[in-house]
Amino acid sequence: MSLWVDEYRPRTLDALHYHRGLSERLKSLASSGDFPHMLFYGPSGAGKKTRITCTLRQLFGNGVEKLKIDQRIFLSPSKRKLEINIVQSNFHIEITPSEAGNYDRLVIQELLKEIAQTQQVDLNAKQRFKVVIINEADSLSRDAQAALRRTMEKYMSNMRIILCANSTSKLIAPIKSRCLLMRVPAPSPEEMLNVLELVARRAGFDLPPEAGMKIVDDCGGNMRKAILVLEALKMQSPDLTGPLTIAKPDWETYCHKVADLIVSEQSPARVMEVRAKFYELLSHCIPPTVILKTVAERVVEKVDESLKADVMHWAAFYEVRMRIGSKKIFHLEAWAVKVMSLYKHFFYDIDMSAFD
Amino acid sequence: MSFFTPKTGSSAESVPKHTVDPRLQPWVEKYRPKTIDEVSAQEHTVAVLRKTLTSTNLPHMLFYGPPGTGKTSTILALARQLFGPDNFRNRVLELNASDERGISIVRDKIKNFARQTPRAQAVASDGKSYPCPPYKIIILDEADSMTQDAQGALRRIMETYARITRFCLVCNYVTRIIEPLASRCSKFRFTPLDSKSSFSRLSYIATAEHIDTNPAVINALISTSSGDLRRAITYLQSASRLSSSTIPPTPILPSDIQEIAGVVPDAVINKFSGILGVEKKTSFESINKEVKSLMREGYSATQILSQLHDVVILHPTLTGRQKSLCALVFAEADKALCDGADEELWILEAGLRIHKAVS
Repeated sequence: MSLWVDEYRPRTLDALHYHRGLSERLKSLASSGDFPHMLFYGPSGAGKKTRITCTLRQLFGNGVEKLKIDQRIFLSPSKRKLEINIVQSNFHIEITPSEAGNYDRLVIQELLKEIAQTQQVDLNAKQRFKVVIINEADSLSRDAQAALRRTMEKYMSNMRIILCANSTSKLIAPIKSRCLLMRVPAPSPEEMLNVLELVARRAGFDLPPEAGMKIVDDCGGNMRKAILVLEALKMQSPDLTGPLTIAKPDWETYCHKVADLIVSEQSPARVMEVRAKFYELLSHCIPPTVILKTVAERVVEKVDESLKADVMHWAAFYEVRMRIGSKKIFHLEAWAVKVMSLYKHFFYDIDMSAFD
Repeated sequence: MSFFTPKTGSSAESVPKHTVDPRLQPWVEKYRPKTIDEVSAQEHTVAVLRKTLTSTNLPHMLFYGPPGTGKTSTILALARQLFGPDNFRNRVLELNASDERGISIVRDKIKNFARQTPRAQAVASDGKSYPCPPYKIIILDEADSMTQDAQGALRRIMETYARITRFCLVCNYVTRIIEPLASRCSKFRFTPLDSKSSFSRLSYIATAEHIDTNPAVINALISTSSGDLRRAITYLQSASRLSSSTIPPTPILPSDIQEIAGVVPDAVINKFSGILGVEKKTSFESINKEVKSLMREGYSATQILSQLHDVVILHPTLTGRQKSLCALVFAEADKALCDGADEELWILEAGLRIHKAVS
């Protein structure tokens, strides 16, 4: 018994429900024999990974589904051992180099060269090349990306690379110019509703339209989340009628509580309270950027129109600092204090421009 | 036919097994210039290098310039013309960023290669005569990604073996090469290609590949690639793949090129700039909503910023002061994105500040 997300995941390019044009392109590329390096990018839950696996299937047939997980050990220059999990079939290999942290360059160099320098031995294989899938390509370090540059050109005959990323901003230009870019946008609400209904029908029940709309509204274009929510709701109330409450994750309600605290009172004592809450969130491994964004969005909803721009400005400002700095809590606190002082001065109408 | 001149038929049989089927080869490799005269633009550099071909005396060289301007192609073509295909292997060492290039490699591999006396000239199998001067060439591609230490270790090696080995450093940013190395080389700057020479090269490739392109497509390629010929060629190849894989083959359209290049359609950018209040006043809520929907479409933040920049800076009615304020915003947002900041937050931030600046 697997989750619906996996069970009803489309397996072939024809079975994909939305972005028909994209599927057509992929299909014709895969059958033309002249397959380029590719870069899939788009928001999470839009179906990048599903499209990649479907394309692989189109390229190599059923053989790609026989997967095995391998653990490989790499030796860093300072003789430190790195253990990397690799998912592979006879025709492709899948790595997540961000697992290797700072040593991702090493993994890329060694692994790709090894694959690149061996030819496909299976005579029945449909294609002469192997495919390397690199997940989370936007978290590759600059060094690792530089290492990819020449390899991608040199070993074109034995290997194709498929990169999967959320955004192309962090990829260096030489990599982008060597790949065929494939943008996978999030599905529109109608498309999502369609897919949800299909999943419901295949699971053996009918989805009431209101429930469907509610899920779609809540998930903001993330198909995976939508299907997971649908399954969870089905477990809660089997008939899916009446007032449905989509349970928000704990951290989200907690973040909202923090936002309410900031808006309701501005005092040193309240800062301490907020700080404790931030610590609590951080210690539960919620990424600090997510915390900041969720709290800021909630605060923005509650303050006056003229303050909104400023609140977001400082959120963006401290978010960058958080990335560059090392101690996340400082910047979260700084933002909270900044927002409190903005809010208070807005009320007492004091000109703060000299303090910026 | 003389016994010593190789038959044309035999060369096809002796092709090593790992050569790629030319149909599947990336065009960037396929149409790499074979001689330095074929190099597009860069007249100044080519003129200097042509002299070295006749005098067969070569200084240490440092090639720098933006990507896709023909740096690697030039040095490879030059080396090929100097040594010919048979001597090329043992006279040229090419190292790039995909090879390990720490200090230990400089000390072992590079030094060992540099100190070897060049081997005697092999008889050229294709019947041509090559100058084949008595030195070797070490090409360090993407030299700006070498560490400071590794570059430091090169200093003395370059001088000691200057008689039998010449170095050619290739990089994008000349500032990342340490001063002692740069001063040992004669520098060649490669400029971005002007649109005329890009145009002629691209149409040459298009005719050689039998693709039917109209000038609008090639102009779209040139404008999206901004002087980077490699990028333009890759886009052209991708576009022709897409168009020829459908049945029947569809002609390539300028909009296809934009989609392949990841360019945000003009309509989307114009809508966004309209909402930012370049035309009229709007509220926080509408900007926030628009940013969310842009992010859902999956466009890249840097691309949005650069296109928005063009819209704002070239806008006919905004005042100089407003444009300057916007320019500040763009610079800050770009820096933030480079530091890995959250894309949605910063597009929103840039949007809000532009909104404030222009209203």
